[in-house]
Amino acid sequence: MRRADVRYTKEHEWIRIENGEGVVGITDFAAGELGDIVYIELPEVGRRLRAGEAFGTIETVKAVEEVYAPVTGEVIDVNPALADTPQRVNEDPFGDGWLLRMTVEQVDEAELLSAQEYADVLGEDA
Amino acid sequence: MTELRRTPLTAWHEQHGGRMVDFAGYLMPVQYEGVMAEHRAVRQACGIFDISHMAEIALLGAGARAALDRLVTNNIATLAPGRAVYTALCNERGTVLDDLIVYCLDDARFLVVANASNRNKVVAWMRDHLAPGAQLEDDSDATALIAVQGPRSLAVMGAWPRLREHLAQLRELAYYRAFTLTLDGAGCLLSRTGYTGERGYELYAPAAKALLFWEELVAAGRAQALAPVGLGARDTLRLEAGYCLYGHELDEETTPFEAGIGWVVKLEGRAFIGRDALVRHQQQGVAARTIGLLLQERAIARQGAVVHCGGEPIGRVTSGTFSPTLQRGIALARLERDPAAAPLSVDVRGKLHQAEITAVPFVPTRVKD
Repeated sequence: MRRADVRYTKEHEWIRIENGEGVVGITDFAAGELGDIVYIELPEVGRRLRAGEAFGTIETVKAVEEVYAPVTGEVIDVNPALADTPQRVNEDPFGDGWLLRMTVEQVDEAELLSAQEYADVLGEDA
Repeated sequence: MTELRRTPLTAWHEQHGGRMVDFAGYLMPVQYEGVMAEHRAVRQACGIFDISHMAEIALLGAGARAALDRLVTNNIATLAPGRAVYTALCNERGTVLDDLIVYCLDDARFLVVANASNRNKVVAWMRDHLAPGAQLEDDSDATALIAVQGPRSLAVMGAWPRLREHLAQLRELAYYRAFTLTLDGAGCLLSRTGYTGERGYELYAPAAKALLFWEELVAAGRAQALAPVGLGARDTLRLEAGYCLYGHELDEETTPFEAGIGWVVKLEGRAFIGRDALVRHQQQGVAARTIGLLLQERAIARQGAVVHCGGEPIGRVTSGTFSPTLQRGIALARLERDPAAAPLSVDVRGKLHQAEITAVPFVPTRVKD
């Protein structure tokens, strides 16, 4: 299910911001479009990311897609389970399939969408 | 942009959740439920594939056998009726125009199956180099091809009511053998061949019968957990089995020796196009060779990734994927020289991943089970 308590990007990432930290993942739509994910490359903890910067890759047997930072900040943690079980992103993109945690230093509000705005981007019916 | 071609089964794929992509100019399903589930279905139970995009070329006439024997690297002179061989079609330089399966239906009728992407090239080449006494017909558009592959493929085929009168023949059909039969009034060919490394069958049928036969086979396979399988799993299955794919291991710059299919080149007592070049090539020694690489992790080294040994580039990946069976990255790679020492590494988008040379097939094949 699409969640209302997170913000979305046009590049199909989501971020849940709490107490100056954000948890980042890819949306159910992106995971479904990609199909079975077999490998995920994530950044090192401590790496600084600018909003819109590619921070990793998600691979299926057919494709390699980049993922982009929704906000500017520093990587605090990456999801350790994805090294061996990247299919968690397909199974639970908003939960167990989270990609990384980062500090939130700068947010461009215009770039972050509500669930409804994201649905509109996808052309989905409300 | 030209419109994509459709097989007689394209509409079925669209109606059954097939994710459709352009493959060799055809609109084909890359997956239905998902590549991993479809791969597993073929390894553990059974899968059904629409491969009607493949090209079927008939060579007919009293001179057909001799004409074909002059064209391909494998021996057609002694190919008995009801048998098939895998072979390369080479140019004068001994490099590969396409890889083919040739069936001998009888002494004056041969069926050549070519890759869809090479259809026009192969038909033109064969016509231009055809010895007298043979006629060539491109039957590709009129012919559908359905593959049923997996450990339960015999059970599925045996449960298809149309094969009831052919059960003995079906059960006795050995690997790389085929028989012609009439199904619903239409002439068909059933062979024990495939591209998955599992026991399996391929049915050549007139395009007009394809949907009927496909739906009947899907119904016959229900009790055996038969799944429709797209091109995504077709590729992971063939690569685990170590089979070549044209445009990857094979192309017009590569000889069969370099691609690791030297066993399809029969030089002794034969005269075929490319033979002189291949004899010279063999006498000089083949420098480049194709090997299997097993990555130490899940990363995928795709076509073009550079293979390093001791800091030096020594070759390139020709095909790479994630092996659903091994849960690791696997690749076929062409090495220009022998690695001086282990370990090897592969450059994937600027990052080196350790890999070891491993036996091919990556996953043992069970085609004769």
